[in-house]
Amino acid sequence: MKHLLSIDDLEREQVETILERAESFAEVTRRDIKKVPALRGRTVATLFYESSTRTSSSFELAAKRLSADVISVKASGSSVDKGESLKDTVETLSAYEPAAIVIRHPDAGSARMLTDWVEASVINAGDGMHQHPSQALLDVFALKNRLGSLEGKRIWIVGDVLHSRVARSNIQAFILMGAEVTVCGPPTLIPRGIETAGCEVRYSLDEVDGADVIYLLRMQRERMGENFVPSIREYARLFQINSRRLGPRQLVMHPGPVNRGVEISSDVIDSDQSLIAEQVSSGLAVRMAILYELLTGGSGATGAEAGSDGPVPIGEPA
Amino acid sequence: MNHTPEPLPMELPEPLVQRSGPEASLLIREVEVLDPGSGLDGRFDLLVEDGQISQLADPGTLEAGKGTEVVEGRGLMVFPAFFDPHVHFRTPGQEYKEDIGTGTRSAAAGGYAGVLAMANTSPPVSNPADIEALRHRARLEASVPVGFMATVTRDMAGEELTDMAELREAGAVGFTDDGLPIANPRVLRRALQYQRMCGGTIALHEEDPELSAGGAMHEGEVSMALGLRGVPSVSESVMIARDAAIAGYEGGRIQAQHLSAIESIEAVRQAKADGVAITCEVTPHHLCLTDEAVRDLDASKHKMNPPLRSESDRQALIEALLDGTIDCIATDHAPHAIEEKEVPFEAAMMGVTGLETAFSSVYTELVIPGRIPLELLVEKLGSGGKPFGIEPFSIAAGTRANFCLVDPAAEWVVGEGGYESRSDNSWCAGQTLTGRVLMTLADGQVAYRLRSFSLGVA
Repeated sequence: MKHLLSIDDLEREQVETILERAESFAEVTRRDIKKVPALRGRTVATLFYESSTRTSSSFELAAKRLSADVISVKASGSSVDKGESLKDTVETLSAYEPAAIVIRHPDAGSARMLTDWVEASVINAGDGMHQHPSQALLDVFALKNRLGSLEGKRIWIVGDVLHSRVARSNIQAFILMGAEVTVCGPPTLIPRGIETAGCEVRYSLDEVDGADVIYLLRMQRERMGENFVPSIREYARLFQINSRRLGPRQLVMHPGPVNRGVEISSDVIDSDQSLIAEQVSSGLAVRMAILYELLTGGSGATGAEAGSDGPVPIGEPA
Repeated sequence: MNHTPEPLPMELPEPLVQRSGPEASLLIREVEVLDPGSGLDGRFDLLVEDGQISQLADPGTLEAGKGTEVVEGRGLMVFPAFFDPHVHFRTPGQEYKEDIGTGTRSAAAGGYAGVLAMANTSPPVSNPADIEALRHRARLEASVPVGFMATVTRDMAGEELTDMAELREAGAVGFTDDGLPIANPRVLRRALQYQRMCGGTIALHEEDPELSAGGAMHEGEVSMALGLRGVPSVSESVMIARDAAIAGYEGGRIQAQHLSAIESIEAVRQAKADGVAITCEVTPHHLCLTDEAVRDLDASKHKMNPPLRSESDRQALIEALLDGTIDCIATDHAPHAIEEKEVPFEAAMMGVTGLETAFSSVYTELVIPGRIPLELLVEKLGSGGKPFGIEPFSIAAGTRANFCLVDPAAEWVVGEGGYESRSDNSWCAGQTLTGRVLMTLADGQVAYRLRSFSLGVA
C-alpha cells in the first residue's frame, strides 16, 4: 500500500492490519514517553488548504510520535486564487523529499492528482465532498474497541450526507467491516444514487431505535441560506439525537466539531453512550498506524512491541 | 406557429471565409466514394483540376495530366467533407488556447471543410467590427472556410440584444451566447422576434443555471460516489422545452446545442412533432462516453458542459441519431491550456477538443461494432451547416472540391504525433482509434495532408 486515498481502494484485510497496528500504537500513547523511532530521519509534510484542528494536529502529532520530521503548510483558500497552482506548491514541497504528504483540499480528487506528481506516499486527509479515509478508519477503530466487531451491527448515519466526505468514506468502511448501514436525513441532503453504495435510505428517525450505532454529521448553518433546510430549528426537531430519542444501548458518534443543540443535544455528548472523545484519541493511534504502514510497508519494528514498556532509546535504529 | 417569413432583403456577405491558396490538381485512382446526399456509393477515379472536381469516372479509366498529383486510392475512401457548426477558436483574447490558424488546421485534420466559430471569446463577439476583424483574419489564416457567430446579448450578459441586423450584414452566420444559457425568457423572445427581420438561426446552450449551479459532472451514481456536485439532466431539458415553446410561439428558428440527456431528446422530439423550427446536435464524446469515465477525475479528458451522462442517455442519443431526431454531429471543440486542466476536477475549465478525432472516434466506437451505419455517420458529420442555411458538400463533377480522403483501416494513437490544435485536451488522448483522415480538400485547396502520407506526381 503506497497511498491512502479512498476507502474504496482498501481490502478488509488491509483495514484489519492498520487496526492491529493502531492497537499497538495506542499502547505507546499510554506510556510516559510516547515516542518511538520508527520513522526517524524521514519527513512528513502536511498540506492543508482548509481549516482543520483535529485532523491536522492529529497527523502532525502522529508523525512526531514516530520521530519523523514534520513540515506543515497551511494555505487559506484555493491555491489557484492565490496564483500558485496546486502542482507548483506540491513540487516545491517535494524538494524536501518528504516520505509522505498529507493533504486536505476543498476539491475532490486532489489527493489522487498528487500521486502523479510526487514520489512520496500521499495521504488524503479530506478532498472536497469525496473521501476522508483516516476518519473512517479511526471511527472503525473506536467502534471496534467498544463493540468487539462491526459484523452485523446496524449503523445509522444521520444528517447532511450530501456534503459529507465523512459519510462517503464511512459508508464504505462500515460495510467493508460487515455492518449494515442506513443513511438518514432530509431528502435535500441525501445525494441521488446513494443506495448504490449499498445502504438503506430513511427520511425520518422513526425507525432509529433499531440502530446499534447512530453516527451524526455536522449540520452546517450556511446550508440554510441555500434552502437545503428551511430552518435549523425544524432540522433539530426532526433529526436531533437527544436523550429522549436515544435508546439505552445505542452508541453515538460524531466526527466533530459538533453543534451542540443542533444535530445532537449536550446531554448526549457528555453521556457514556457517546464515543466522541474516544474517536479523537483513536485518531492519533490510527494515524500513526497509517503513516507506519505506508512508509515502512508494515515491515520492521515499530518500537512499540508488546513487553517493551520502558522508553524506547531514540538513538537506536528501529 | 411556423410562420417564418423570409427575412427582409439584406446585403449579406458570403457566410464562410478562407485564406486564398493554390487550387488543387489531383487524381485519386480506384477509390471508394460515399456521398450520402447524392446516394453515390462505389469505386471511381476522381479527378480534381484547379480546385474543381472535373471528372468522376469508372475505376482505372483516368490518366493524370502532367504535374497532377496521383493517389492510389485502393482501400481508401472519399467522403464529402464534414461541417462543424460548433467550435471554439478562442480569438480574440485567448489565443494561448487556439486561434483561427490552429483551429482551422485542426478542423482540416479531422476532414472538415467548414466550421462555425462560437462567440464566447474575450471579449465576446458582440459588435459588427468584431465580425469584420475576424473575417479579415480568417482570410489570412484559415485553412478551411470558417463562419463566425455573434452573441445574442451584448457581451453575453443576458440582458440587451446585440445589433443583430448589423451583425448579419457584417457576416454573422447566426447568433449564440454559447457557453452560457439565455436565462431570461423575455430576452430570448425578443431575439426571436427580431430574427424575423434579420434571419440568423439562434443556437442555444440549454442549461438552467439554477438547476445546474455548481455542478461539475452528471448528477447520478458516479457523482454521488465521487462527492462531486451534479448537474441534473433536467437542467438541460427544461430549457429546451421552454425555448422550443417560445420559438414555436414566435415562429423563430433555433438550434439546440450539444444534447446530452434522454429528457432533452424527448423535448426536441415533441417540439419537432409540434412543428417548431428546431434542430439539434450531439457531440462525439456524448455518443461514445458516459459518466463512468469521470471516475478517473481526469479533467483534461472528461470535464465538459454539458457533462457526460449515463449509459441510458448515451443509448438514447444513438437512437435519436438513427431516427433522425438529431440533425447533426458537432464537436463543441473547446481547447484549453494545460494549466487550466491540470488542476482538481472541480476547479478545471470545461470542454474538450474534438475536431481531429470526430470521425475516427465515432467510427471506432459505433460504426465498426455495427451500432450505426457508416453512411449515417458521414451524413451527420456533413450536415452541420444545414441549420444555418449552409448546404452539405457533395461529390459531383463540376463542383468545388470539398472532400476528405480516409483510410478506414488505419490504426492510430491519438496525440502520439501531437495535435494540429494548440491545446491537447482531447477526450480521446492516448486511445487507439481506427480510421484516419489522410487528406482534406476545402473549397478546392489541399487544406490538410497527414505528414506520413505522400503522393505520387505523374
